[in-house]
Order: sequence, then C-alpha cells, then structure tokens
Amino acid sequence: MNLIYNEEQRMLLDTAQEFFAERSPVSALRALRDRNDELGFEPALWQEMTELGWTAIPFPESLGGLEFGYTGMGTVFESAGRHLSASPLLSSVVLCGSILEQGGSATQQESWLAELVAGNKRLALAVDEGSRHNPHNLALSAVRTETGFQLDGEKVMVVDGLQADGWIVAARTGDAADAISLFIVPADTPGVEQKRQNLIDSRNTARLTFTHVQVAPEQLIAELDKGAPILESALDRGRACIAAELQGACEELFKTTLEYLRTRVQFDVPIGSFQALQHRAAWMHVDIELARSSLMAALDAIDSGDAQAAQLVSLAKWKVGQMADKVSSEAVQMHGGIGVTDELDVGLYFKRIRVLQALLGDADYHLNRAAPLLEEA
Amino acid sequence: MSAIETFRAETRAWLEANCPESLRGAAASGELVWGGSQVEFANEDQRLWFERMRDRNWFCPDWPAAYGGGGLSPEEDAVLQQELKRLKCRPPQINLGIWMLGPVLLEFGTEEQKQRLLTPMTRGEVRWCQGFSEPNAGSDLANIRTTAVDAGDHYVVNGSKIWTSYGDKSDWMYALVRTDNSSAKKQEGISLLVLDMHAEGVEARPIDLISGKSSFCEVFFDNVKVSKDNLIGPLNGGWTLAKRLLQHERSAMSKFGEFSLPTHFDLMTILGDYLPDADTPSDIALRARAQACALDEHAYNLTVQRMGQQARARQDVSGIAAIMKLVHSEQEKQKFELLVDAMGHRALGWDGDEFSEQELAISKAWLMSYTQTIAGGSSEVQLNVIAKRVLDLPDAPKGGAK
Ligand SMILES: Cc1cc2nc3c(=O)[nH]c(=O)nc-3n(C[C@H](O)[C@H](O)[C@H](O)COP(=O)(O)OP(=O)(O)OC[C@H]3O[C@@H](n4cnc5c(N)ncnc54)[C@H](O)[C@@H]3O)c2cc1C
Ligand SMILES: Cc1cc2nc3c(=O)[nH]c(=O)nc-3n(C[C@H](O)[C@H](O)[C@H](O)COP(=O)(O)OP(=O)(O)OC[C@H]3O[C@@H](n4cnc5c(N)ncnc54)[C@H](O)[C@@H]3O)c2cc1C
Repeated sequence: MNLIYNEEQRMLLDTAQEFFAERSPVSALRALRDRNDELGFEPALWQEMTELGWTAIPFPESLGGLEFGYTGMGTVFESAGRHLSASPLLSSVVLCGSILEQGGSATQQESWLAELVAGNKRLALAVDEGSRHNPHNLALSAVRTETGFQLDGEKVMVVDGLQADGWIVAARTGDAADAISLFIVPADTPGVEQKRQNLIDSRNTARLTFTHVQVAPEQLIAELDKGAPILESALDRGRACIAAELQGACEELFKTTLEYLRTRVQFDVPIGSFQALQHRAAWMHVDIELARSSLMAALDAIDSGDAQAAQLVSLAKWKVGQMADKVSSEAVQMHGGIGVTDELDVGLYFKRIRVLQALLGDADYHLNRAAPLLEEA
Repeated sequence: MSAIETFRAETRAWLEANCPESLRGAAASGELVWGGSQVEFANEDQRLWFERMRDRNWFCPDWPAAYGGGGLSPEEDAVLQQELKRLKCRPPQINLGIWMLGPVLLEFGTEEQKQRLLTPMTRGEVRWCQGFSEPNAGSDLANIRTTAVDAGDHYVVNGSKIWTSYGDKSDWMYALVRTDNSSAKKQEGISLLVLDMHAEGVEARPIDLISGKSSFCEVFFDNVKVSKDNLIGPLNGGWTLAKRLLQHERSAMSKFGEFSLPTHFDLMTILGDYLPDADTPSDIALRARAQACALDEHAYNLTVQRMGQQARARQDVSGIAAIMKLVHSEQEKQKFELLVDAMGHRALGWDGDEFSEQELAISKAWLMSYTQTIAGGSSEVQLNVIAKRVLDLPDAPKGGAK
C-alpha cells in the first residue's frame, strides 16, 4: 500500500497549492458569500482549473482523461481545502463523472462526460433525501411509463445543484432494497423545482422537488435496478476527495492556530506556553497524522482497486471527520473571543469543515461502514 | 561477483547452516536468552546458536576486532542484518550493554576501558543493567541524587536507583551519579559510572507491581567502592553521554519489539464473545467505542507504514516519529479498558481456576498497560516534546516543555 505522494503527485500538489493561494484565497469565498452568490463558485476559476487539466485527472485515456488517479485528485482537493477554494470539481467531475465513466453508455459519455471534463457543462448528483446521509434508504421513485419513466420525490443537500445543466438522480425503481436506478435529468425538464438550501458554508446546495417528471429511456444510466453499486463506488470516490479537502482545510487551520498560540500574549506570556493548551495542540497533531495515513490509504485503495477500498474510504472519512471536528472546535476555542467573530477566517474554516464532515456520511456513519476492516484482523 | 556479494552469499550459507530452525521467527515472552555470567538456556538449540554466534564474533559484528567485535564494515554489517532478518533469526542473546553502553564506550571510553569492558560484552559474559531513574528523578532525570564521592583512588557511592530492569540478575550497571553538588544547573555535576553489582554494599530488590511480580528493581548503594577507572567520559560531563545513551535506547527497544511475539488480544473478537448482542443503548455505545478504538489502531498501523515509506523517500519523519510511543501506549491502555468494560468480572480475576488462562492474561496485560504510559517517557512528557519540538510552541513559564 502506497501511503505517500510520489514525485509527480508532489509536483501537482505544489502547482495546486500555488494556484489556489493566488487565484482563490479565502477572501474569494468571503466575496462570494457577501454578495450572496447562489452559484457558489467563480466560473472563471473553474475555467482555469479545466484548462489546467484537473477535470481530466481521474479518467482513463480512452475517455480523454489523464489517468492520474484519485491520489492525484487528492492533491487538488487538499489544496482547495487549504484555501477554502470553491469549485464544482466534486459534484460534477468526481461524483457525476465517475457514474458516467462506470455506467454511462457511449452516447451518454459523449454528450455528458466529455462535456463535464471540458467544463462546458455541469451535472450535480441528487442522492440524499433525509436529514442525514443514507443512500440505502431512498424513496424518490421512478416508475415506468409508455414513453419512459416518471420521477416523483424530493432530494436535499444536492451539492452545486443550482444552475446546473442537469442532475444525476438516484431513484427507487423496485421494492428490493438495492433496486436503485440512476437517471440523467437535464435542467430544462419540466416538473423540477429548485430551491436553495443556504448552508453555513455559503456554497451552492439545493433542494430539488420532482413532480411527475418525465424522463426518456435513454436517460437511464446502466441497467434498470442496477444503479446501486455504481452509485456506491462514485460516492466512495467523492468521500475520499472530501476527506482530502478536509485534511487540507484542517492542516491549514491548525497552522493558523499554532501561529496564534505563539503570538497572542496574555498574562505577560504567549498563550502557547500554557501547558493546558500545549497538550491539546499536541493531541491535534496526533490526530492529524493518523487521519493523514487513513486518507492516503483510501486514495491508494481506490487507485489500486483494493478489495477493501470501500472500508478504507470509510476509515478515512471517519478518522479525518473525527479529527476535523476536534481541530475546528479547538481552533475556535483557542482563538478566544476573536475566534467567534466573522472577521477572522477561522470561522469560515469551521463552517466549511462542519459541512464537509456531514457530507456523504459523517464520522458516525462511516464508523459503522468501516467495521468490516476489523474482521480479518 | 563483487566482494559484498560474496560476503552476502557466504553469510547466507553460514546462517542457513548454523541458525537452528527452532530459533527462526518471533519468540514468546520468556523465550529470549540474556547474556551474562549466568546464561540460562531453555534448550540445546539456544545454547548452540549462542555459542556459534559468539565464536564467529557476531554478537557485535560491527565493532572493531581489537575488542572482540566482528570487524565488519558498515556495508557488511547491513548485509548481515538483512540476512538475519530474511531468515527471521532471533538474536542469540539480549544484552543492554551491547545495545546501549557499548556504542557510548566506543565513542567516549579510554583504550583501557574498551579492552576491559567491551571484550567480555562481545563474549556475552556480562549482563548489564541501566541505573538512571531514582525516586526523585523520573521525568526529570537530571534531578538524580545518588552521589559518588572522591576518596583518593576510588569513589564511594551512596544512594538508590529505581525501576532498574533485571537489577537483581545483572552483573554490572552503568549509572548516572552526582559528582558535584555545587553547580547551579543540575545537568552539570553528573557523571557516568560503571559498577559491579556483586560489590559489597549493593543490594537489588525486585518491585511488585499492580500486576504482580516484575523484573524491575530498586537498587541500594551503601558506601560502595568503585575504582576511578570506571568513570566513563569526563568527570561531571555525564549528561551528554546519558543523552547519547538514551538515543540508543530507542533503537534497542524497537529490536525487542521485533523479536518478541506481541501478546495480541483482538479487541473485536473478544468483544464478540462477551457481548454477542448489543441491544441496549449502553451496549451499542460500548460496541461503538470498541469499534472506534480498533479502527484507531488500524490508523496507527497505517501510520507506522507511512513513516517507513517517508523515511525511505528521505522525507522528514520527526513529526510522525514523535507521536508513536504516545499513540501506541495510550491505544493499548484504552483497548484494555474496553475489554474490562465488556468482560465484566471475567477481566477482574487475579489467579486460580475460576478464570480461563486468557481471562487472567487479559487482567494482567490490562494492569501492565499502565506502565507503558509512564516508562520510557510518560505520555505527558511526550506531549511536551511534541508541543516544543514539533509544533514549536514557546517554553512554559515554569516546568512544562523541555
Ligand atoms: C460573545 C462575547 C461577549 C462578551 N461580552 C463581554 C462584555 O460584555 N464585557 C466585557 O468586558 N467583555 C466581554 N467579552 C470578552 C470576554 O470576557 C473575553 O473574550 C474572554 O475573557 C477571553 O479573552 P480573549 O477573548 O482575549 O481570549 P484570550 O484570553 O486571548 O484566550 C485565548 C485562548 O487562550 C486560553 N487561555 C488564556 N489564558 C490562559 C491560561 N492562563 N491558561 C490556559 N489557557 C489560557 C483561553 O482559554 C482561550 O482559549 C465577551 C466575549 C464574547 C465572545
Ligand atoms: C515498568 C517501568 C520500567 C522502567 N524501566 C526503567 C529502566 O529500565 N531504567 C530506568 O532508568 N528507568 C526506568 N523506568 C523509569 C521511568 O523512566 C520513569 O518512571 C518515568 O520517567 C517517569 O518518572 P516517575 O515515575 O518518577 O514519574 P514522575 O516524573 O514523578 O511523574 C509523575 C506524573 O507527573 C507527570 N509529569 C512529570 N513531569 C511533567 C511535566 N514536565 N509536564 C507534565 N506532566 C509531568 C508524569 O507524566 C506523571 O504522570 C521504568 C518505569 C516503569 C514504570
């Protein structure tokens, strides 16, 4: 198992760090928020990321990709996390892209995947329905009609769902627990209502309501009732990328916090000299290291087709998520009164981190899902 | 064939022919041989392997032949270590003298001391113990009070040591003693002395732990005469040597780990036996805690692997290395706490046939796990080190990070 970035990956990491630091620092997110931007990212930035080839990283060459794997993708997500840089890389490329890569027909790949990679179009994945992530308990139904399928139901927490060119919708098509099918629903399809779910991280999150939505048969991805494994594998790639983004955000926030501990003086000494704070900071360092190892294992497991990839992804999402909760709350606390003000970026990190922690399964969800890892021990 | 390849081929052939089959692979506790004046062999194979390695001068393969070492070059020694590892040969003997004091003697000892002290080590004839900690000098090692007073041609040693592993079974001790009380800094005025554990006035008493009998001793010195040629390095300059010695401790301890069978209790398996169904919220919560603990162990093992890969890629690993002892010992302790919660009174047995062997072993291991977060630098001291050296946080006003 390969747990460190190789030389090429390190170069990509450096490039991505520099790019986001310069083109999308935290002030960019603040600006988006202050003007209440529903899109939640800068189209110009997205265009540049596309031109750099980052949208092609995970796909095979046969589909116009760079075949650079999810470890490669991890470097970009971790760098975006450091600067809270907003883009639809997760929603459109990682989640929808990998569904189309694995389940899409040649026509679907041509009309959608190629367009996603080129940055000409954008898809968002509609999975969750309840208050917490639970892809195994979906109610939105797709019923066969004479002309295709009719979708009825509701989706929430659709990442980058507003102003998308379409959505990939996970729908129940049978009574069996795993009778799930995936449909491409173009944005101009009648009967879809979009509503913004304005979350603490100020990004683009939507509630979609489907009322008698008619979908043509050729919009079905892969076989009927056979969408669950494709969905699950795409979710895992997404979860690993979220873990990478979290890791980057937390490492950066930790750095900021350490700097504050070294410089903030109270009782005539830097507060970082108080052992009560030192030991908590040292434990954060421990968790960051353990989380990093779990993250690297998950990325490598996806790339190498490890039989336990799903469990390792959950290990990462659990461990990184748990670390992220701790690091973000300690960061606020250790900044004292100013830590709870909007003036400091600390709060913006805190909010983004908490959304990412909940996204596609929080630490509790993944604690359960990682458990089979322990059986062969 | 290059010289080193020839050496590898010869070494491999020799090891294949001379390392008994039964001594390849990890050893259960108590199955390792300790070198010294009274070597105990559990079987004939152990004796053979000990004598063959001794006669080949491979107890200390990279030490100079002048002191009984094997005289191997660093490259040859590396090859030998690889070949030993390849065959999973157990060390022919365990000897703190060789692993810890030896390198310091080679660096700081006089020619006479090297001849006198190193040669018996290379023959496995002397068992050494470490006399550093004292009742008032634990985390704060420089606080030692045991004194060595100049009495002309010898020193007179008074005081006591504590936690001396195998103090009652050792032939010689290397000890930190105070030779000057006048200096303002307590790190000054300390010297490194070696002394004969059989000398008059030395008494070693094993300590009973919360887990029962142990190999750790209290050692008392009552006017013990130590001749002056047993001072290692400069008078009052022992602190530097002690720090060097403790650097060797870490690699010595990892060698121990490599060759002893870990008494591994699989948390989730045992939990499954004692808590097959989790129905109530508290039982479910207990299972969840156990699952988290076991996954944390998984993350730790991945971190061990990652540290190795980073080291091989010549990346800085100091930040990871600093967490290892802390994480491992704290995780072990947490794991046993969970077992005790899940097993109820079955994990609270002391002895007797009311309890299974495994249950008694778990009770003992649980109690022993408390020593691990103290010995070799307590968890709090590890946290101080991380805060100071890794995170670069400022010094505490009093005490604290060092
Ligand atoms: C919402 C809000 C309302 C407030 N209202 C009022 C008000 O009405 N009137 C008023 O006068 N003030 C008010 N305050 C100020 C409040 O009392 C201070 O914020 C508080 O005392 C902490 O000080 P600080 O923010 O400067 O943090 P700092 O003192 O700089 O602390 C930073 C961090 O260091 C830690 N720390 C500091 N000293 C030590 C130590 N010796 N040992 C270990 N850790 C230490 C702290 O716990 C904290 O985590 C308010 C603050 C807030 C957030
Ligand atoms: C099983 C076992 C085997 C050992 N083997 C050996 C051996 O072979 N040779 C040898 O020389 N020694 C040995 N030791 C001694 C060991 O190194 C000391 O026990 C250890 O350094 C702690 O010292 P102490 O017991 O005096 O505790 P103290 O130093 O008195 O510590 C008491 C408590 O205070 C905390 N504390 C101390 N300083 C600080 C600080 N600066 N900041 C925050 N908290 C602090 C500690 O963490 C601990 O919780 C062994 C100990 C044990 C338990």
